[in-house]
Amino acid sequence: MDKNRKVHQFKNPVLNWIEFRLPIISYFKKEYGDYPMPKNCNYFWSFGALATITLVTMIVSGIFLAMNYTPHTDMAFDSVERIMRDVNYGWLMRYIHSNGAAFFFIIVYIHIVRAMYFGSYKYPRELNWILGVFIFLLMMATSFLGYTLPWGQMSYWGATVITNLFSAIPFIGEGLKTWLLGDYNVGNATLNRFFALHYVLPFVIFGVVGLHVAAVHVHGSNNPDGIDIKTNNDSVNFFPYMLIKDTVAMCAFGVAISAVIFFGPNLMAEVDNYIPADPLVTPAHIVPNWYLAPFYAILRAVPDKLGGVLLMFGAIVILFVLPWLDRSKVRSCNYRPIYRWFMMGFFVNFFALGYVGMLPAEGLYLLIARVGLLYYFGFFFIITPFVGWIEKPSKLPLSISDVYAKNIAPNIGGGEKGIPSPAMQKDTNL
Amino acid sequence: MAKKPKNKRRDFLQLSTVTLGAVGTAAFIWPFLKSMSPAEDTLAAGSTEVDISAIEEGQSITIKWRGKPVFIKKRTKDEINAAKMVQASDLRDPQDDADRVQKEEWLVLVGVCTHLGCVPLGQKVSDMKGEYDGWYCPCHGSHYDTSGRIRKGPAPKNLDVPPYTFLNDNTIKIG
Repeated sequence: MDKNRKVHQFKNPVLNWIEFRLPIISYFKKEYGDYPMPKNCNYFWSFGALATITLVTMIVSGIFLAMNYTPHTDMAFDSVERIMRDVNYGWLMRYIHSNGAAFFFIIVYIHIVRAMYFGSYKYPRELNWILGVFIFLLMMATSFLGYTLPWGQMSYWGATVITNLFSAIPFIGEGLKTWLLGDYNVGNATLNRFFALHYVLPFVIFGVVGLHVAAVHVHGSNNPDGIDIKTNNDSVNFFPYMLIKDTVAMCAFGVAISAVIFFGPNLMAEVDNYIPADPLVTPAHIVPNWYLAPFYAILRAVPDKLGGVLLMFGAIVILFVLPWLDRSKVRSCNYRPIYRWFMMGFFVNFFALGYVGMLPAEGLYLLIARVGLLYYFGFFFIITPFVGWIEKPSKLPLSISDVYAKNIAPNIGGGEKGIPSPAMQKDTNL
Repeated sequence: MAKKPKNKRRDFLQLSTVTLGAVGTAAFIWPFLKSMSPAEDTLAAGSTEVDISAIEEGQSITIKWRGKPVFIKKRTKDEINAAKMVQASDLRDPQDDADRVQKEEWLVLVGVCTHLGCVPLGQKVSDMKGEYDGWYCPCHGSHYDTSGRIRKGPAPKNLDVPPYTFLNDNTIKIG
């Protein structure tokens, strides 16, 4: 090794002893202590931290549930009921885990909306966005596998419908499906492997989250104005400012999730899943978990099996190339007078797709799903490239401090653009 | 010029090492992939004999065969005629009714929708039977006729006919 390596010196000799052998202390200090955050970041920027906390909560509650769960078709349903009735605090573990999954998706959807609206996916954070979409895919796979485990009617038929999607692939589809299931239909072999995969995938997610965070720390976080940090005046240190802000967000989140866990633990559950799985009877309405419903709506909107499956997966895959579809150099939609409305329309449309995805695919609901499908893909393929080409963005602030100079202290700062007000300089020389 | 043969030897060694490594890795992965295919005991799932003497005309029963529901229906004259009237060439999955039955009053089907695997309704008198009076899949709205052929909705194929034989007038062996 390099003998001239500069070893960071701390006051604590124990830290120095570790640092000399493994420079992990200085790494954490750099990435989570001194890491500069743009000072204009709002609470939207707390959702990454909330997602991480939720992931850890899911892993911990899941490990404790696994201690009492039996992955066998004859015993799975009863073992979950035993967790609910007999295991000490088993009900709490399960309600934390099931509602935690729903809240995980709420948080991640808000995190994605944030990234889209404020253009966080653009240069130089494209790889960060790709890793994020990959995490989202892994989350969907993991939640689907987990939903199978209680072995209720929705578990069984949800697993049947989703694994049958693979049979739409020409030539190899049937064989692939059988290989995935380990049987000709969803059975014990399926339940067993789904449990094994459901246990391991969250750790894979954890690893990709590590890369996702490492990648954002290279070029720093984006911010509501979508402009880069230029001087020290534009940023605050992660510790203590952002840590405290994230803690406030976490407290609010804790109140929200506790309200659901303790007062409405089955609000987001399907009644049919409290009926043990029956391979001979399909429930009248098979509904996915609400957080996957927009994609389910797309699947059902297409009157062709292969076409529906391709568009559903396509709806997710298209996200990977968003950074290259959007040609505008301006990141934040706050400065894009036309695109911002299409962007908001996209969010509303996604919500509407999710709504009709939970209802039977007929009549008006089917029509809404088809219009929604057109807008979803039209947004990516037509609106995004086209608007980036014709739109004239509004004038960007010269720096992050300049935002405050204009908004808060137009007179004190002398009104000159690009020069932070004296008051602000005082505040931010931290 | 003196270097060239030396490099060739190196290239050969490198290439053969990498190739051998790749083949070895593939050989190592194969058992793991194959272990996920249906096991021998799953493949050995046997056949089922069904007593059909108690089934009345127009009535249908559901039995379990290899973990899947199988519909056995004694069709009425009207249902048989309706199934025969259809031109096979007009169908999404063209098949004559005669190719789907051994005795025309007995229709035997795997009761799994060919779209995404739900069990279609139509076995009970009170069930919805769809626009073609056969079966209707509630999941995504596929309609099957009195021969179990797909007529409307997202399913690509007719309901499967399992292998079966009449052991005598009152017994069918499925599988």
